[in-house]
Amino acid sequence: MNDIEKNKRREFVSELMNKYVPDRTSLLPILQDFQEKFGYIDEYSQQLIAFELDIHPVEVNSVISFYAFLYDKPVGRNIVRICKNIVCEFNGSKEISDAVIKEFKINPGETTPDGKLTFEHVNCFGLCDKSPSMMVNGEIFENINKESALKIIKELK
Amino acid sequence: MKKELRSPVSQRPFNAENINKTGIGAEVSIELNGKKLRVPLGRSILDICRDNNIHIPTLCYHEDLCIAGNCRMCLVEVEGMKNLQTACSYPVTSPVKIKTFSNKVRKARKHIVDLMLSEHYGECYSCVRNNNCELQRLAREYGIDSYEFGHVCEPRFEVDDSSHAVVRDMDKCILCRRCVRTCIDLQEVGVLEAVNRGYDTKISTFMDTPLNDVICINCGQCINRCPTAALHANDPSDQIWKAIEDPSKHVILQTAPSPRASIGEEFGLPPGNSMTGQLNTAARMIGFDRVFDTNFSADLTIMEEGTELLGRLKKAIVDKDKSVMLPQFTSCSPGWVKFIEHFYPEKLDYLSTAKSPQQMFGAVLKTFYAEESGIDPADIVTVALMPCAAKKFECNRPEMNSSGFKDVDYGLTTREMAKMIREAGLVLPELPKSSFDDPFGEASGAGLIFGSTGGVMEAALRTVYELVTGRPVPFKDLNIEACRGMKGIKEASVKLENCIEEFSFLEGTDLKFIVAHGTANAKVVMDMLIKGELEGYHFVEIMACPGGCIGGGGQPIPTSESIRKLRAKAIYEEDGASAVRKSHENPKIKYIYEKYFTDGPCGKISHKLLHTKYTKRGKFIN
Ligand code: SF4
Ligand code: SF4
Ligand code: SF4
Ligand code: FES
Ligand code: FES
Repeated sequence: MNDIEKNKRREFVSELMNKYVPDRTSLLPILQDFQEKFGYIDEYSQQLIAFELDIHPVEVNSVISFYAFLYDKPVGRNIVRICKNIVCEFNGSKEISDAVIKEFKINPGETTPDGKLTFEHVNCFGLCDKSPSMMVNGEIFENINKESALKIIKELK
Repeated sequence: MKKELRSPVSQRPFNAENINKTGIGAEVSIELNGKKLRVPLGRSILDICRDNNIHIPTLCYHEDLCIAGNCRMCLVEVEGMKNLQTACSYPVTSPVKIKTFSNKVRKARKHIVDLMLSEHYGECYSCVRNNNCELQRLAREYGIDSYEFGHVCEPRFEVDDSSHAVVRDMDKCILCRRCVRTCIDLQEVGVLEAVNRGYDTKISTFMDTPLNDVICINCGQCINRCPTAALHANDPSDQIWKAIEDPSKHVILQTAPSPRASIGEEFGLPPGNSMTGQLNTAARMIGFDRVFDTNFSADLTIMEEGTELLGRLKKAIVDKDKSVMLPQFTSCSPGWVKFIEHFYPEKLDYLSTAKSPQQMFGAVLKTFYAEESGIDPADIVTVALMPCAAKKFECNRPEMNSSGFKDVDYGLTTREMAKMIREAGLVLPELPKSSFDDPFGEASGAGLIFGSTGGVMEAALRTVYELVTGRPVPFKDLNIEACRGMKGIKEASVKLENCIEEFSFLEGTDLKFIVAHGTANAKVVMDMLIKGELEGYHFVEIMACPGGCIGGGGQPIPTSESIRKLRAKAIYEEDGASAVRKSHENPKIKYIYEKYFTDGPCGKISHKLLHTKYTKRGKFIN
């Protein structure tokens, strides 16, 4: 990462330290805000945040790895998440996932080379009654099937 | 004086001190396996059971660490509770009835061991922890004779042996997180954490970086607390055997004070039995050509470090030189040196430039000794028996070659030495005693007590006080009790009175010092330094490991506060019985300054061979 990018991140982190109590209990909202702005939480910024909060970088890393919605690597412009948990799977989510994998030539957890799309499996949105369910950039789609899912994804910019 | 630790209350080490505080004075009546008892309110079921000699199996629990309650090995029945409860994390607050053995308990515990084994890749007979492994012991205790839930047959992880000190073999990890708690809470370094979730959970460094490239200080404390072989030391014994077998090599062993106080534990003796004489015999039988006493170079360290301190004091007081940094910090603990290089790089000028005893010895052996004995230094192999994992890193520092060669070739831990002794077919406690070889066989008791926290300070004071006043330190039997004991941070002072002429500028000075052990305590001291609270202090001793070297990362496993105390006791007893108790009175030290370091301590020659410089490392990982 070059110095200009680093400076941007440093400035934003110090803004966040004013916005929240600079204490370990503020870690999650800080990470969320940071990701909102920069898309993912890079190595450098993980360490910055850790030192500001007087915790260890590896603890920040641990928190990010625990939460499926936090990233430590760049992701695509659009994030598609399909539930792979049991109710959705009974209702055909695997077929839908397989179709996405085939159509866009990416495995779960990967991003397309053009940076347009990141595809992920997740565990239960809590929408089992309307399964199979899918989340696209934070928006929920219920009772999807192969065709509707592919159509939604293809329309993404 | 100890400031709040960074960790929240729930994560503070659960040590004897605060156990008593958890009982708020009241008592409660309980029934334990049908027996009526009165116990302090808030005491955990595990502690109550241990008070009453009832065995409870544990894995994630460790005396030195906070409670985690994640392994579930310590399950017991508590009447009225639907599920079994973990004894380690259940504080008794009401008159409960507890059963520590029942079919339900037995089956649950057996299942837990079985589940752990199902993901455990490794063969006990080719494992460094064979016969000293808590998982293996539990497998035996619960009569595991088949794998009820299957067993992994392929390794899932690559072994990380990038570090000179610690090897990580995550296939043997049972995720108890003792290493995490050690590195974060006990040492305040923060190298290891659990990442991911569920089946994918593993212990990782920051972004899975090899251990050699992160901020690990190589203290090895995580090794000492790991119940399995998932963390173990990088063992050089194969290379050492090879050197021994090579007739053209002159292989020298120097032995530090702490291993002799603890190595007996590796052979089944209780802690606190000193094995100095037997260890010398064993080393010779193994094939080392010479066995020298690191205490000799500890004495040398005191001469250098003590003189450096007096030099700094003179510059500060007489010359009013503002560039002189006080207090002077000791530099003999390589874990601590790397800690300050990473976390306080801008404070490196406070560190004494004196090398550690191990490195001083290496430099002396490949110069002075080589010359005197007519051996080509290229043929000398120096091995250092140390209680320490960080010494392995230290001897591999690129700057440690002032003799023109690698000053110390290998750092060997107490555990690895025991392994070599066993491999040679010897039983240490049965061997006859013998003494060290000349010319470095004589050492003072002052060098010996380096092994315990406060020892360097005590040894330095014995010498500095006498240099300055011409009289021995004014303490009974030369024992400076203020330096001793296991308190995290100790402080005291000695008044310098009736100084000899050369040091008249110190007349009436209260020599103030601080002793800290464990890098979590070092952090507290450093933060005080930054806030300017160490104004007026002169000398600070820091040891990276809790308890000092006797609790080092290369020492026999297990370790706990009570074991560390017993080892320290053995060292202080030996010091008390030594003929020479002050470094400057060691005749071999006088000799070496007369013959070799002719311009005295901190002179030109000694600066070249016995002093070093440090690297500003910083804490960012790229
Ligand atoms: S870690 Fe323990 S259980 Fe695993 S192979 Fe080694 S001795 Fe056996
Ligand atoms: S050796 Fe010390 S610093 Fe390194 S990971 Fe282990 S406990 Fe942490
Ligand atoms: S590496 Fe050792 S101490 Fe750390 S979690 Fe694994 S088994 Fe426990
Ligand atoms: S199983 Fe898919 S939303 Fe619950
Ligand atoms: S020892 Fe109690 S849960 Fe691990």
